[in-house]
Amino acid sequence: MSQDLSATPEAPKEDGRPKWDNKFQYILSCIGFAVGLGNVWRFPYLCQIHGGGAFLIPYFIALLFEGIPLLHLELALGQCLRKGSIGAWNTISPYLGGVGSWMVSVLVSLYYNTVLTWVMWYFINSFQEPLPWSVCPLNENRTGFNEECYESTAVNYFWYRKTLNITPDIAESGTFRWWLILCLAACWAIVYLCTIRGIETTGKAIYVTAIFPYLVLTIFLIQGLTLPGATEGLIYLFTPNLNTLKNPRVWLDAATQIFFSLSLAFGGLIAFASYNPTKNDCEKDAVTVALVNSMTSLYASIPVFSVLGFKAKTAYWDCLDRNIINIINEFDLPEESIMRQNYTSWISFLNSSYPEKIAGLKLKRCELQEFLDQSVSGTGLAFIVFTQAIILMPGSQAWAILFFIMLFSLGLSSMFGNIEGVFTPLLELQIIHKPAPKELLSGIICLISFLIALCFTLGSGSYWIDIFDRYAASVPLLIIAFFEVIGVVYIYKIKRFSEDVEWMTGRKLNLFWQITWRFISPLLLLIVFMAFVILQMQKPPSYTAWNPKYEGFPMKEEKVYPPWVQAICVLLAALPGMCVPLVALFHLVKQRRRSKEPSFVLPEVSSCQGANSSFSHPKE
Amino acid sequence: MLRALLLILSVVAIAHAELCKPDAQNAFKVRISIKTALGDNAYAWDANEEYLFKAMVAFAMRRYSSKSATQISNVLLCNVTDRVSFWFVVTDSSKNVTTVPGSEVEAAIRMNRNRINNAFLLSDKTLQFLKITSTLSPPVDPPTPVWLIVFGVVLCLIVAGIVFLIVSGIQKHKKKNKEPTERENLEEKVEVTLENGIPCEALDLKAGHINGVFAADDDRFTSL
Repeated sequence: MSQDLSATPEAPKEDGRPKWDNKFQYILSCIGFAVGLGNVWRFPYLCQIHGGGAFLIPYFIALLFEGIPLLHLELALGQCLRKGSIGAWNTISPYLGGVGSWMVSVLVSLYYNTVLTWVMWYFINSFQEPLPWSVCPLNENRTGFNEECYESTAVNYFWYRKTLNITPDIAESGTFRWWLILCLAACWAIVYLCTIRGIETTGKAIYVTAIFPYLVLTIFLIQGLTLPGATEGLIYLFTPNLNTLKNPRVWLDAATQIFFSLSLAFGGLIAFASYNPTKNDCEKDAVTVALVNSMTSLYASIPVFSVLGFKAKTAYWDCLDRNIINIINEFDLPEESIMRQNYTSWISFLNSSYPEKIAGLKLKRCELQEFLDQSVSGTGLAFIVFTQAIILMPGSQAWAILFFIMLFSLGLSSMFGNIEGVFTPLLELQIIHKPAPKELLSGIICLISFLIALCFTLGSGSYWIDIFDRYAASVPLLIIAFFEVIGVVYIYKIKRFSEDVEWMTGRKLNLFWQITWRFISPLLLLIVFMAFVILQMQKPPSYTAWNPKYEGFPMKEEKVYPPWVQAICVLLAALPGMCVPLVALFHLVKQRRRSKEPSFVLPEVSSCQGANSSFSHPKE
Repeated sequence: MLRALLLILSVVAIAHAELCKPDAQNAFKVRISIKTALGDNAYAWDANEEYLFKAMVAFAMRRYSSKSATQISNVLLCNVTDRVSFWFVVTDSSKNVTTVPGSEVEAAIRMNRNRINNAFLLSDKTLQFLKITSTLSPPVDPPTPVWLIVFGVVLCLIVAGIVFLIVSGIQKHKKKNKEPTERENLEEKVEVTLENGIPCEALDLKAGHINGVFAADDDRFTSL
């Protein structure tokens, strides 16, 4: 009787491995994993600061030579070896040791779900009229507004005080924010609900979480294009400035964006592909997923920039209106004598006639370009800039609810991939005894992750998430991807791998893949890694803190990380990457000792087809 | 007689002019933004509106100090501009040619702010008394915050989903466990049958139970 990998009921294949219900589910899961929050809040920002339409040139070059080949490699690897990341790496060569990418998946799952916690917090606060981030609360004696809120904006206040209740320094942890703990528990419960039986349940959930964001993006697209100022925003975004291409920083950003956007080297893609039947065209899958990911980034940037243009236009009008009111009040002119259109002529007239009075008013400079230039990415875009724009739209509750559900779906489908990257290797390593059901393992993973992630709900939690984002989810991935390519091409041998891929896809491996896998992709990865590290080393790692007592408030205060925090940063960046040489060393030492025994046989690197043929017969 | 009257009137007029001027003691500046508040339905600010304003201030003073001494003529307006903004003071008729202290006026206006606003179809922002800050109304706070209710709903749905999936998993697990045990029982029967080496069906034949040799010899033995 063949032994199942788990005792839970699933239609087992001959080797008992669970499988996708259909091909569409698999493709959708890969797309959902790749398309995440970064497509919405990082790509448009990069496009904007790197010369608009011109950024697409390095972006598509990086996609062609780095993104698609690496994606194809991972999918082919998982499909061929039919194992999670640790198993697959061990199968290629025990020297490689796959624990690195597993560790990165764990670290990323921890902090990524906390970002989703914030999204959920905003979502459940969107059901009120008026939206809580649109008005400042009153101070104690109800004569005015809360001071911190008044000096910055209501949106900033809600984010930094009501949501994070942030401390002014990373060394001050503060207490647990109980409302965030509730939301964190709910988020991990949702993740548990969807990943409870592995791909059996995520496969069903992905239909909703992967498709829903596209619907909402389309709705926002239509709404966004009707808003005033949308055209200015879009023109600003897409106007190409080819001069920026001379800056190597642009090329580096394009390469890193493609790499991180496709969620490579996490082990999640290998896990997804390992549930495929072996005779599957992984080449077409890889190209499809990569193209859909990039198209989604482009598609998402249109509504984002329409809304940002609208916000800039509204801020510009507000600035003008405030100046107009001040002038009218000062000179006691009749209402509506100065309108936005004739503002400039009036200002020049008044400046010439009463320059001291005008100077005394301290009017702000109102330039539309200045407001458009205020570019933000990441959580700032979603929770500060976009929420402010939503207040200005009619029916803001509905827009807020839609927006935050969309962000939640985007993040949740990426979480599935992360959790799968953690779950599948543990399942294969058989950490818990076989009769225990899968539900128990996924429950344990979610519970432990929830408990560890509680430290992100402290006052300084958001600073720690920035650290994790910058250090744990960047450099280690580059190292792991590099070793992945080298391992497959030079240890497993490209000739054997191309035979495997040919067996799987049914046609000969294109020369393009040979060239990119052998030379271009590893070289690109090496260059990107070096450039990344050099850029990070150039200045001491610093962060910006929200400190109401700072003189320059509401500007954020620039602070340097204390030494113990810097040590943790280095640990986060180095540890997953160091796994590869450490495990190699460990195995080398073991082999040296064992090779002294007479009955020692060199461990053979099993082949893809060989591994599959051993699976076709049930083990007695 | 006439000259005396004229003299008194001019003195009063001058005194009034002295009492009401910009930045005078106990004088308040008012700024009105009718077009901002009413848009197309804006009315023009004319002498009738000024009269109403004086009446409202007098009303406020009466209500506040509850002595019916203040008359409309006690409220003086001056420096009306196109903005529409002007200054006003409230004089005290009991003490000649003095103004009511600013604190009293402020308290009276504050107490009746709502009534004054409504008379002109304006709000605190569009009918501004520049030195009098308005107490902002507190936001409506429901007893349970709304977000907690929504959170409760979401959590209930999630927990229901998890319980459903776990229970269905356990049920399928039990069904699967019953099938293999049934199959095992069948196998045992087959094995038992086989273990003996002789099929049970064969053992059921008479040839197994009854020895044909002895049965044939029954007739040879004599009966007792």
